[in-house]
Parts: sequence; C-alpha cells; structure tokens
Amino acid sequence: MTSIELGRPAKIRRSARSTLTPVSGLGLGIAMLWFSLLVLIPLTAVMVTAVDGGWDTFWAAVTNAQTAAAIRLTVFTAVGVTLVNIVMGPIIAWVLVRDRFPGKAVLEILIDIPFALPTIVAGLVLLSLYGSDSPIGIDIVNQRPAVFVAFLFVTLPFIVRMVQPVLEELDRDVEEAAASLGASRFTTFRRVILPSLTPAIAAGAALSFARGVSEYGSLVLLSGNLPNKTEVTSVRILSSIENDQRASAAAVAAVLLVISLVVIVVLDIIQRRVARRG
Amino acid sequence: MSIEVAGVNKKFGDFVALENVNVTIPTGQLTALLGPSGGGKSTLLRIIAGLETADSGTISINGNDATRLPAQKRNVGFVFQHYAVFKHMTVAKNVAFGLEIRKRPKAEVAARVDELLKLVHLGQFAHRLPSQLSGGQRQRMALARALAVEPQVLLLDEPFGALDAKVRKELRDWLRRLHDEVHVTTVFVTHDQEEALEVADEIVVINEGRVEQVGSPDQLYDEPANNFVMGFLGEVTTLNGRLVRPHDVEVATSPRPEALTGTVSRVLRIGFEVRATVTTEAGDVTTVMTRTHARSLGLESGVQVWLSEAAGATTVPVEPTTTVG
Amino acid sequence: MARSTFGRKGPVAYLLRLLVIAYLFFLVAWPVSLVVTNTFDEGFVSISDLFADPDVVTALRLTLIAAVSAVVINTVFGVGISLLLVRYEFPGKRALSALIDLPLSVSPIVVGLALVLVYGGREGWLGPTLERVGIQVIFSTPGIVMATAFVALPLVIREVVPVLTEVGIEQEQAAESLGANAWQRFVRITLPSVKWAIVYGVVLSLARSLGEFGAVKVVSGNVLGETRTATLVVEEKYLNFDQQGAYATAFLLAMVSVACIVVVSLIRPKSHD
Repeated sequence: MTSIELGRPAKIRRSARSTLTPVSGLGLGIAMLWFSLLVLIPLTAVMVTAVDGGWDTFWAAVTNAQTAAAIRLTVFTAVGVTLVNIVMGPIIAWVLVRDRFPGKAVLEILIDIPFALPTIVAGLVLLSLYGSDSPIGIDIVNQRPAVFVAFLFVTLPFIVRMVQPVLEELDRDVEEAAASLGASRFTTFRRVILPSLTPAIAAGAALSFARGVSEYGSLVLLSGNLPNKTEVTSVRILSSIENDQRASAAAVAAVLLVISLVVIVVLDIIQRRVARRG
Repeated sequence: MSIEVAGVNKKFGDFVALENVNVTIPTGQLTALLGPSGGGKSTLLRIIAGLETADSGTISINGNDATRLPAQKRNVGFVFQHYAVFKHMTVAKNVAFGLEIRKRPKAEVAARVDELLKLVHLGQFAHRLPSQLSGGQRQRMALARALAVEPQVLLLDEPFGALDAKVRKELRDWLRRLHDEVHVTTVFVTHDQEEALEVADEIVVINEGRVEQVGSPDQLYDEPANNFVMGFLGEVTTLNGRLVRPHDVEVATSPRPEALTGTVSRVLRIGFEVRATVTTEAGDVTTVMTRTHARSLGLESGVQVWLSEAAGATTVPVEPTTTVG
Repeated sequence: MARSTFGRKGPVAYLLRLLVIAYLFFLVAWPVSLVVTNTFDEGFVSISDLFADPDVVTALRLTLIAAVSAVVINTVFGVGISLLLVRYEFPGKRALSALIDLPLSVSPIVVGLALVLVYGGREGWLGPTLERVGIQVIFSTPGIVMATAFVALPLVIREVVPVLTEVGIEQEQAAESLGANAWQRFVRITLPSVKWAIVYGVVLSLARSLGEFGAVKVVSGNVLGETRTATLVVEEKYLNFDQQGAYATAFLLAMVSVACIVVVSLIRPKSHD
C-alpha cells in the first residue's frame, strides 16, 4: 500500500513573506497610491465625517424618522428581492445550462442587460411597462412595488452568473453515482447538486443584497421618492447632500458602507471555503 | 447466471456503439470487458447499470428482467473512471450515502461505513474531505461507497484509468484480493490487456460494438478466436501467412525443412530480451529471444537465419482484412 | 455523446423552461423592447432632434470622454493589480484583494459623497489645496472621471485574475530560460494569454462607465452644457416632460450597452480555448 499522501495544503497556505522585486514593488506603490486616492481615502472620509460630530449626532441622523423609514424600506426590499433571486437565480441558471431549445442564446443576453444598462435607463425601461402608459394596465409608479421591481431588475444577473459556471463544471458522473446508489432525481438534486451550488448561491445572494441596498439610478424616475413611502436610503443621502447637511449624509452613507463591508467579508469567507473543498 | 445481456443494440446518432450483443456474465466472478477505446465496452457497462438505455435487447440481473428498471432501482454498484466523489461530503458521508438513501438505522450505517473504510484501508481518513485524498485513495473510497449498499453486481468503468502506473498496479492487485474476500459479481472495463489478463477470471473482448470472444485469460491467449483477439492480447508478427507471437518464432543459423530464410536487419537489446527483425521475401518478421539465446546463435545484423514456428505455438491464419480502413 | 437516460426531459423541465422565459420576458425583454418602440413612435425624428441640440451633443461628448478615460485608467491599473495579486506575495494582499471588490457594492451616491468630502473645493480634505494649484476636481471633468473610474474599478481585475491564475507561471519560466527579459515575458507571453480576459473586462467597464449616473450626479454639479452627462440628460428630459427626448437618449445608451453585451457574448466562447 502506498504511504499516506496528504492532500494539497500548499494551495491554502499563504506566506506573509514578500516576494516583490524592486520593479513590482514600485508598481504596487503606484497602484496603492491611486487606489487610496480614489477609493480608500474618500471612503475613510465618509466614516470620519460620520462620527466627527460625536455618537449622538450620528445616532440622531440615522434614527431620524424619515431616514429610518428609508433604511427600513431599502433593507426589507433588498432582503425580499434577494429571496426571490435565491429561488429564481438557480432555476434560470439550470435552464440555461441543462435545457436546450431554440432562442436560448437570447436568454443569455437578456440576463446581462440589467448589468450593462445604465441604471437611469433601467428605470425608464421599467416605466414603459409598469408606468402610467402600461400596455398591460399595471401602474406601480410612486408605489412600493416599484422599488421591488427595480431591485429585481438590477439584481437579476448576480446569482445566475455565479451559479452557472459551477453547474457547468458539475460532473454528470456525480449525479450518475448518486442514481446508482439508489437516489431518486429529487434526492440527487437535494443532497448532491444543491450543496455544490450553495456557495455560489450564497455569494450571489450577498452581491444581490448589496446591490439592492445601494441602488439609486433605476428608482429616480420610477419610485417618485416619496418620504416615508418609496424613498430609499441612497435618495435620502442625496437630499442631505443637496441641502448641504454633510454630517447626516455621511452618517447614513456610513451605514450603507458597513453593509457593503460585511458583504465583502462574507464573500471572502465563502471563496476561502470553496478553495478548501477543491 | 448472474447478468444476462441478450440482443442489445445501441446507436448514438449514426454511430453504432453496440450491435446485437449477447453475453452471459457468471455469478461471483471477476469479469473484464476488454477492447480498444470507442469499441462500446463502456456503453455496455452503462447499459447494465441503467445509466444508458439500449435501443433494443434485454438485460437481466440474477434472473430478473432489469431492462426497464431505472439506475436507482437496480442495486448495482458503479465506480467511475474519474471517481465521481461527492466533494462537499466527508469520506465517511460519501460511503454512507447509499445506506442513508435506504433509510438504514444510524448505528447500522456507522458500523457498516467503519467496516468498509477498514476494508479499503481508509479508516483514518473518515472525516477528511475527498479533496484531501490522492487519486488512488479517492478511487478506493468510491469503491467502498459502491460496496456499501451490498450491490448484486459491482461495475467498474476504467477504474484505474486516471491513475499513474505504479498506483494502478497496486490497486489492480488489491482489487483481485478484495474480490477474493467479497465475492460480489464484478465487471470492469479496461483497454489494457495486461490488466485484464492479470486480474480477471473471465474476459469479454469487445471491438466495434461486437463481442469478439469470451473466455478465461488462458483460453483467450492460447486459443484466440480470430486475428483481432490474437493481436489485441499481445504482440504478433506474420510468418508463412499465419499470425504468431514473436517469442514463438524459432531462429536457426542453418537451413531447416519448411523454414523461411531471411537476413537479420536490426537487433535491439532491451534488458534480458533481444528483439531481432528479419527481412524475408514475404516481408519483415519480428522475433524475440533471451539475451543468452541470441548470444549462442551469434545473432547480429547481416547474418542469414531460418525461421519456423516453435512446437505448440499459438497461431492464427491471417484473414483478409475485414475491417474497413 | 448523448446520455439518453439523464437527458430525458420530464414535465418539470418544460415547466421550468416556461417559468424562466415568462419571468425574463416580463422583467427584461418586454420593457426593453418598449423603449425601442417608444423611441421610434415618430420615426427617426426624436433621434435626429437629439443631435440638433448642442447641449445634448456636449453631454454625449463628455460621457464618452469620461468613460474612455476611466476605462483606460482602470485597464492599466487593473492589469497591474492583477499581476501583483497573482504573481507576488506581500503583506496585506488578502485585504487588498477583498477591498478591490468594494466599489461593486457601494451605493453610487455614497461614492459621490466620498469624493466630494475629499476633493470638494470648499471643505474637502484635499480639494482646497488642489484648487490653489489650479486643479478643480468636483463640478468638473476630473471628478466625473474619478467617479466613473471608482464604480467600474473591479471589472477588469475580476476577469483577469482567474485567467492569470489558471495559466500559471510555467510558460513565463520557459520564456525566461530562453533568454526573455521581464518586459519581453510580459509582452510576448503573459499579455497574449490574458488578452481575451482584458477585452472582456474592458467591454464590461465601458458599458458600466457610459451608464454611470448616481455618482456622477453628485460630483458633476449637473451644469447644462458643461458637466451634464448623457444619463443626466435622460433624467432631466423626463422630468421636464420631454419624454421623446428621454426615450431617444435612453435608446442611444441602451444601444451601446446591448452592443457591448453582444460583443462580450461573441468573445466568450473563444476565451475558453
């Protein structure tokens, strides 16, 4: 019998030692400078401005009735939309990978449209079917369902595009192995396929939630931005900016930033888990 | 009679994968389906497992007609070339899968998994993920997983094909010993004639969708039914219009009755073996002998020799080429 | 080879197919096609009207300049960062690779606010200093470029990193053993192997950059004929009851992004070679 072979731990292990050469070190320096000027320093400025006036000012800004309503609406709607995506995303990916029918290539393009379409145009697009001139008589303008539909539109690609490659890579062998061991199709799906897709679904859900929470452009024309009704967090921040209330704008922005950071951390953890599974 | 394959045909589009295949695979034996790649042997195995449906014909397992039975109801163990491990489950969970599907009591599952992992020498890896195992270990795990459900038959599709030569040889010996312990009717697909000759009790040679011959390794080697079987089971050369194995060609340095004469054109030494190519009027003939023998004959390029079949040699008349190409 | 048993479709498969087609039809296909028909309600008039308006032309030009600048910056930066992340080890690498994704999940309004807080001419951290040496960022083109570059930052990197990881360093080492210096290895070996990933990333970045709205709205000041971009024109025209103009501008932008997607989907199979 062969000696005990250990898997491939080298793939996971990362040395903290630097392997930079003088040239690549300079490159990293320049890149970090630009990244700091463009992203890190401005985002830090948001956090600093948010807490500049002290905890009370921050808390007052965030718990202001209108702001709190906006945050609640944004978060709840984003959660709802993400739940819909968790169901629809894998189904769409499944049909795109496993089904075969004429016109499937068109569906592939439809999935990407929400990602590439300018958000303001996305709003206009939805307005044309679900606005006052709706050919099917559904008018949701200035109502809460408008926020839901807009989020649904802009978050469409995330789970689909995360799940699709995993589904493509999935060995048919594995499903056949499950069948030969006596598993029904449903059991095979639940116990073999779904667990393989879970990391991709989770990662897509995190992105979809983050995108929903931070959405702005598609709502401008669609939701009417009615306080306490259809006003989302981004709109609330914008009106603070326009009224030159930087501290409260930054306070609310900081809340969104924290949500984004949490999502980033979740994604990082998921990716590491997947790397270990191999 | 364990597995009965009768009149099975299978086409993929225009490609004929199996053509009127009739085979009986005996109970409790280790049977090899041997043949070149694309010859239809994997398709036959997958049809037996229910992973593929025959266009026509019947499959019966232990006397029960299984032709219309889906894979999950056939109670066969199947081992795939690329292991088909459940990546998200530990080694123990993989092995337990079939038993859990069958809703066996927890304690029984645990005991059986434990026993099987010991059998395949993976006892200490029960809680690892498959990604932490080597290829050979993964395949042993896949085997334990297939055996866990106590299948009526165990089917292995090129089980060692993805492994390197050394591990392959070890697993081959190990499979033979395992089968002697477990005695489950086993069918494995291979394109490696050495593997089939070494491991199997019975060999089914399949080529271009047809069964060429069925028999024990000795029968196949000593009494090949035709050119193809003769050629596929070992090296051959043509002498006096018959196929013969190079080591069955007798080489003499003086004229002999009914011997074919020719000139040694090339001598190659490989370890203890010497391969000499002799150019005759009827074309080149390859011969193989031991080094000592070659030295005693004084064999070297340019020497004239006389070639004849050794007494008791296996030969087959050269057929006019039946295959297209 | 066909796997008959497993390729067999049950009623569930058809049901799912129907569900997906209906969902995508009502959410994407029908609304998008309505924008096209609304634009051409009165023929090509609305499109030609658009180009007759000098303010719209200025806005389109500004959008193009900002998008192209942002894409160039992000491509150079993206390829460089990808190389550093894949080929080198350094402290803080994991944090950097996670932070790179941040712009994808930050609200565009927050992006705009963040840039204003640092580069704002009056109270920004760096803004007043920059204005003293004559550089105006906010309410000017540099701010629009920065906002656009911010939101599209990760797109090239997300495409290039996996491909770069996949191709490994063996080819580069082979080239090194054949006497190629670092620059030659980069140009002759590394760059060609990630070429399609870069193209894919650039196309996605371009689509995203042309369509940026929220962040640009905050930093640009939205001054007609000066710092108003195409997406801002759509909003302004719609709110001023010039629906035709809004639809026509939206159609132009949608055309470009759909063209980008089609290009991407044509490139995609080749990138698997």
